[in-house]
Amino acid sequence: MPTIKLNKQVLLKKLGKKLSDDELKDRISYLGTDLESIEGDQINVEIFPDRPDMLSEQGFGRAFNSFMGKDVGLKKYKVHDSGEKVIIDKSVKKVRPYTACAIVKNLHLTDENIKELIRIQEKLHASFCRNRKRAAIGIYPMEKIKLPIYFKALPRTKIKFRPLESRQEMTALQMLSRHKAGREYAHLLEGLDEYPLFIDSTNQILSMPPIINSHLTGKVTEKTKEVFIECSGFDFRVQSQCLNILITTFADMGAEIYSMDLYYGAKKLTTPDLSSRKMKLDLKHANKLLGLNLKEPQVKKLLGRMGYGYSKGKALVPAYRVDVLHQVDLIEDIAIAYGYENLEPEIPRIATTADEDKFERFKNKIANILVGLGLMGVNTYHLANKEHQTKKMGVEIDTIELANPTTKEYDVLRAWMIPSLMHVLGENLHNEYPQNIFDIGTIFKRNKTTETGVEENDRLAVALCGPDTDFTKIKQVLDYLFRCIDIKYEVEEAEHPSFIEGRVARITAKGKKVAYIGEIHPKILQNWDISMPVTAFELNLSELLD
Amino acid sequence: MDIKRLTATLHQLERKTLPCLAKVNSLKELVKASGLKEVEVMRALQWLQNKKIIKLTSEKKEIIKLDENGKKYLKTGLPEKRFLQALKNTGLALEEIKKEGALENDELNVCIGILKSRAAITFKDKKVAITSQGKNLLKKKSLEEQLINKLVKETIAKSELKDEERFAYENLKKRKGLVKTTPRKEVTAELTELGKQVTKEAVKLKNAIDTLTPQMLKGGAWKKKQFRWYDVKINVPNISGGRRHLANEVTEHVKRIWLEMGFKEMKGTIVQTSFWNFDALFTAQDHPVRELQDTYYLKDPAKGKLPDKTFVNKVKRAHETGVKGSTGWQYKWDPRNAMLNVLRTHTTCLSAQAIHTLKKSDLPAKFFSVGRNFRNETLDWHHLFELTQVEGIVVDENANLRNLVAYLKEFFKKMGYLDVRIRPAYFPYTEPSCEVDVLHPVKKKWVELGGAGIFRPEMVVPLIGKDIPVLAWGLGLERSMMEYYKITDIRDIYKNDLKQLREIKSWIK
Repeated sequence: MPTIKLNKQVLLKKLGKKLSDDELKDRISYLGTDLESIEGDQINVEIFPDRPDMLSEQGFGRAFNSFMGKDVGLKKYKVHDSGEKVIIDKSVKKVRPYTACAIVKNLHLTDENIKELIRIQEKLHASFCRNRKRAAIGIYPMEKIKLPIYFKALPRTKIKFRPLESRQEMTALQMLSRHKAGREYAHLLEGLDEYPLFIDSTNQILSMPPIINSHLTGKVTEKTKEVFIECSGFDFRVQSQCLNILITTFADMGAEIYSMDLYYGAKKLTTPDLSSRKMKLDLKHANKLLGLNLKEPQVKKLLGRMGYGYSKGKALVPAYRVDVLHQVDLIEDIAIAYGYENLEPEIPRIATTADEDKFERFKNKIANILVGLGLMGVNTYHLANKEHQTKKMGVEIDTIELANPTTKEYDVLRAWMIPSLMHVLGENLHNEYPQNIFDIGTIFKRNKTTETGVEENDRLAVALCGPDTDFTKIKQVLDYLFRCIDIKYEVEEAEHPSFIEGRVARITAKGKKVAYIGEIHPKILQNWDISMPVTAFELNLSELLD
Repeated sequence: MDIKRLTATLHQLERKTLPCLAKVNSLKELVKASGLKEVEVMRALQWLQNKKIIKLTSEKKEIIKLDENGKKYLKTGLPEKRFLQALKNTGLALEEIKKEGALENDELNVCIGILKSRAAITFKDKKVAITSQGKNLLKKKSLEEQLINKLVKETIAKSELKDEERFAYENLKKRKGLVKTTPRKEVTAELTELGKQVTKEAVKLKNAIDTLTPQMLKGGAWKKKQFRWYDVKINVPNISGGRRHLANEVTEHVKRIWLEMGFKEMKGTIVQTSFWNFDALFTAQDHPVRELQDTYYLKDPAKGKLPDKTFVNKVKRAHETGVKGSTGWQYKWDPRNAMLNVLRTHTTCLSAQAIHTLKKSDLPAKFFSVGRNFRNETLDWHHLFELTQVEGIVVDENANLRNLVAYLKEFFKKMGYLDVRIRPAYFPYTEPSCEVDVLHPVKKKWVELGGAGIFRPEMVVPLIGKDIPVLAWGLGLERSMMEYYKITDIRDIYKNDLKQLREIKSWIK
């Protein structure tokens, strides 16, 4: 989740109210943002991904103020008609079909404002724009460009301009392989023969979205009074939303917004559209879901504190809000304005029957039997190391590999449990013996008939490690366990590379092969640096309960 | 102090030492009289002094010990003895004596000096002869020899030497490397007034029973005897027994809590298709949580199967255009993404599966599960790739947000947290959504323990065909464990250090 830094003094000045740090922390948390810390004048807040409109100081301040009762209700933004054009060529249809644009005038940019603009752009790119995959934003000083603007695609081999922060002109391909931003976002243009470009009426390239702007036209300075803003991507709705968030932030800085006419062939669209959206609110449903009994005027007031308008059963949703899909989203905002802390808890009296899973109960019983024998329960990971599961145990078995392991140490799902216990024993060489341990856990193997192609079984593994352990001791544990759960079993001689030849057996119960038991081979013990005898068994519990 | 109690709780070593104190006082004598080892007597004396039964005084003494040559002569005999033995009746030249007696030059000179002063030899024609006095000396052990033999058996202080011994000691001391002295504290013990009373009382307890044996029980021998009292305050060595792993202890308690509240346990697999883990939970296919750096995917089998087409289409529609009253996410949903196998990132997929199996007649229904979930996290002191999640849902036409707050508060109350805070949050599949914080009892800071909310209609309608409120929560357990067991590094929970597991306290809430 993106984190933003806010200046406490600026925030409180806008609010026009004094709040202690504790009050501020409390209010920010109940507004529905994740407060991280307040350090001196700096407030660090995590913004949940559904509220990209709060990623700027302006956007956050807007939401905070109305939540605190200042400037409540739907905020109106005036959009002037500039009459300027953006012509979208049909060549972009296959590569980057949409853009939404606007002009902002009367900017009073300070150094701090410019930094803030860059920050907002970065935060939006990282979150709402999904690292520029969904949308990319470009801002250009008007003094450097000449309207109208053309949005078109050119063969990638024919593109050449001087990218931002570069000393010389580069071809598109050079940018993608050599320029920092080019390398970072090259994958977004992968497989395309033509790349999209914004070009002005003097045929000057403004940018190659979503990669990089031109150095000659792309830099906003303190002298800049007017800018052209575009947002390009694959979904006109997303592009418009992104533009709206940005534009309203500019407006909150005191600038004026001018619309542009976008020509998609013969079709003309005008952006930005900052008119509110109407959404029906069923008051009865809202009260039912919240367990409250709110009247219409109350709801109107509560919605106002979250920046909505309200008229005749309908909420007016501001154009910068992108998270309102359904009336439940309004209902949540009503609850936030009402205050989660004010919700009186009430446990409903509904009679339902508790029911513990039978197999879970069985596993618990098994664990208690083993604890009764003085064994220590351990708890090991399902993720394991392929080497540990195979080579280190002297066996070659199939393990299911992760496509993207975090570390090589844990790169597979375990196929059996004894290696997990060996790992535990290997990590406890300095501790007192005997070390008699057990674990009940899930193992994974391939099975084409299941939904995922993976079959999961619950297994019990027991290991006795100490100077006196031997086959008799481990068999006694197994035998006691089977007597306790009243299941008959048969033992047959077996071969298994992890165990000493002639001291390993296969166990059959309920007509199924359910376990191996034996003394671990010294060469295996050596692999784990264990210099104490180990006996062990691994029992498939999934086969034992009907 | 109760004399009887004091006497009855005397340790075996104390009881053996105490009677001797009436007769002797020094450590050495006490060792002899009690038949105990010196360290045992020392321990007993220390304990007795602590109980004010005796008073210990210590005196610095010089202890006489055999030096190198002394030890050597113990085996070979003193040189003067060997000199006389070599002589026999006839006279011998000095060279011959030296050879016969295996004597060194300096030893030879010493021998001549000593033997001459004792009139044991005479010189005649450059030959040495033994006198009758010398023959007498040969027959018995000299004072020096006696002292040497005694020094081997006993520790003797210089101040304790008898006159003859002192004479012998002085003689030996003059010679090179025969004896040496080392300083030592000599302990003497004296009974106090209390001690005398205790001694008197102890006589009565002379035959008290130490360990009660089956023989005594069978023969009834215990009837005529008294039991020795034990010092019940004494520290005993640690033992440890079999027990569950701490995480299992917590899990069992958590299960108990939900069972008590009438919830039914859900189960499901760890490997899930993205369909169940994400799509059925109205998580858009471009949501960052589905990226490789957050979620574990399988190499092979990389893909699983989707459920029946009608159901899948309902989920697809919810994503693309929404359910009634919703706009949906408005993008093109791709079934291939939904087929990708993942390690479940939450147990909420089990809730989705449980809801999908419900019929109208099953309502209201309450489910819970406690299980592992997986996040592609680099291991460090507060990140782990496997975590335990408590999942719960309440499916009921009349369920509301206040009920959700109540369930969460009730659960955390049973987990020992009285200060619980529910604040707004965001999850793709719940609305309203909330985060649950508890107040850390020591740090007095809010600690986030999980998320909760009411499932969105876009999730519920495809699953069960109707917009029914479903209260839901997914809470992490590891932070509670860390707080309770005072573990600061989350990896230590699953480190399986046997010393830690043997010594750690139980989960009692």
